[in-house]
Amino acid sequence: MGWALIRGWAILVYIFMFLPVAVVVLLSFNASQFGSFPMTGFSFRWFVELANNDAILRAFRTSLILGLLTALISTTLGVLASLALVRYTVPGTNAISTLLIAPILVPEVVLAVALLLFLNFLGINKSFTLLLFGHVIFTLPFVILVVQARLVSIRRDVEEAAMSLGASPMETFFQITLPLMLPAVLAGGLFAFTISFDDITGTLFWKPGGVETVPTQIFAMLRNSISPEINALGTVMIVMTVGLPLLGAAIARRISTTSGT
Amino acid sequence: MSSVSLRNIVKQFGTFTAVHKANLEIPEGAFVTLLGPSGCGKTTNLRMIAGLLDPTEGEILIGGRRVNDIPIHKRNLGIVFQNYALFPHKTVAENVAFGLKYRDVPKSEVPKRVQAALDLVQLPNVGDRYPKALSGGQQQRIALARAIVIEPDVLLLDEPLSALDANLREDMRVELKRIQDQIGVTTVFVTHDQSEALAMSDQIVVMSAGRIEQVGTPEEVYNTPASEFVANFLGASNIMKGQCAAAGPDAIRVETPVFGPVDVPSAKAGGVANGPAKLVLRAEKLTLMDTSADTSGMISAPATIETVDYQGQTVRYFLRVGEHQLQAINLIDERPFPQGATVTAAFRAKDCAALPGA
Repeated sequence: MGWALIRGWAILVYIFMFLPVAVVVLLSFNASQFGSFPMTGFSFRWFVELANNDAILRAFRTSLILGLLTALISTTLGVLASLALVRYTVPGTNAISTLLIAPILVPEVVLAVALLLFLNFLGINKSFTLLLFGHVIFTLPFVILVVQARLVSIRRDVEEAAMSLGASPMETFFQITLPLMLPAVLAGGLFAFTISFDDITGTLFWKPGGVETVPTQIFAMLRNSISPEINALGTVMIVMTVGLPLLGAAIARRISTTSGT
Repeated sequence: MSSVSLRNIVKQFGTFTAVHKANLEIPEGAFVTLLGPSGCGKTTNLRMIAGLLDPTEGEILIGGRRVNDIPIHKRNLGIVFQNYALFPHKTVAENVAFGLKYRDVPKSEVPKRVQAALDLVQLPNVGDRYPKALSGGQQQRIALARAIVIEPDVLLLDEPLSALDANLREDMRVELKRIQDQIGVTTVFVTHDQSEALAMSDQIVVMSAGRIEQVGTPEEVYNTPASEFVANFLGASNIMKGQCAAAGPDAIRVETPVFGPVDVPSAKAGGVANGPAKLVLRAEKLTLMDTSADTSGMISAPATIETVDYQGQTVRYFLRVGEHQLQAINLIDERPFPQGATVTAAFRAKDCAALPGA
């Protein structure tokens, strides 16, 4: 009896969480020109219109470039920071570690305003580079957490063995350490990409005039009316932000099983 | 193949001194064991020879060449680690071939060398497997193959057997010694296990608290311990306080309260002079007999058995002899003496050693 109740309640919670998402996906295939029920027929019409909407395509390109660059920079910095913190005795390791993780703990609005004020103070104008910096700052902690956890589990003596056999520290990194932590590096990169791709709060503060990412574009469109195009765009976003990490996880698992770790 | 020398080596970690002024000469082709309890500095010494740690003071020479400033990857050493340290993402053959990449070995020759190394460790058919698919003992053999395929100047073994279970450890011990004999490489072996050290070494270096206590052949350190620590660490010893009364040319007479005068051969009583001395008697040299047994030619005293520790082939007794609590390890003839029995504890003077001091 008790369990049935819990199960029922859990199902209700899931419905509450996922029904709106399902509705968006469903309505994106609606033939009607209003973005709401009733459905009048099945059509890809809104996806076609989406593909012809220059503003959205531009926003999409911006988001994609921003996300990829964020992932690239965050992952590189994150791997280097993790190596320094785990493999070397750096004075103040704990303080540095806390500082690097802090952006997760600080509310994003605070971080966004702070960075903006700081750059104002320095007299630097808003730019795409600044936006990219902002994204790197708050995706970096996720990369560091994932990569560090993995690096701790890679035994130091494996690297020592490689060096004793004649590999220089650099060769040891590329031959041994990097391959062993690759799943974590890929996961960190995917995290960084999806977080950047999804972000609206920081982006609204940091983006220069005329530059829109997909979330800010949707936000702007919603202010006028709810177009069915937005449903279609929502569907595309869901596929990208849910599908990509799942794909990434599957790849990472495959790599780690074939490599025998 | 090269000799290894440590000259006045000191290693400090902050204010803690892990190695105090170590001096050691390891001749070419020798199998030398650094033996001691954990924290005695044996692994620190090995890691300094390897180049994984820098000595605070002193010089390390390999083949007569000072290597203090040469990084590990240019020292041409083979290292086998306690936990195998195989590369999990590479196959066994790739693991073994790893070191050959950094040496002038023609590509066509690599598979031959790898196969020869795998044959040497008696695992010829596992080349395309991943390390995870092998047992602990097999993984350690591969680690050994990987270390020797590069024909190192020195082979360093850091407790390579301690992760294996007891039976396997003894097999591997014989195997390791066979391979070392076959290739004749200078080997430095680190262990805390005295039976491994006694069975395998040409020379044993006994260490305690960062200091080298004694260097000698297994027989020397076993039969003529240079200190109380060595006497206790290698097997079970009884140490009895006494007085050295007369130091003759062949024997030194140590007066003990319970057993009376004992004439210890001079060769086993280095440094003992008139005054306080300690008599060292190995537990297996102390024999228990019926009180009626003939003890002529032996030194004896009545004893009471307090504890019996039955070990199958042998039995270990803890006994009370006068003021001393002594240990005796005897082969079992028929059945062991029961607890509480009164027996005669006897030994021969020539089996004793003596140490100076109170």
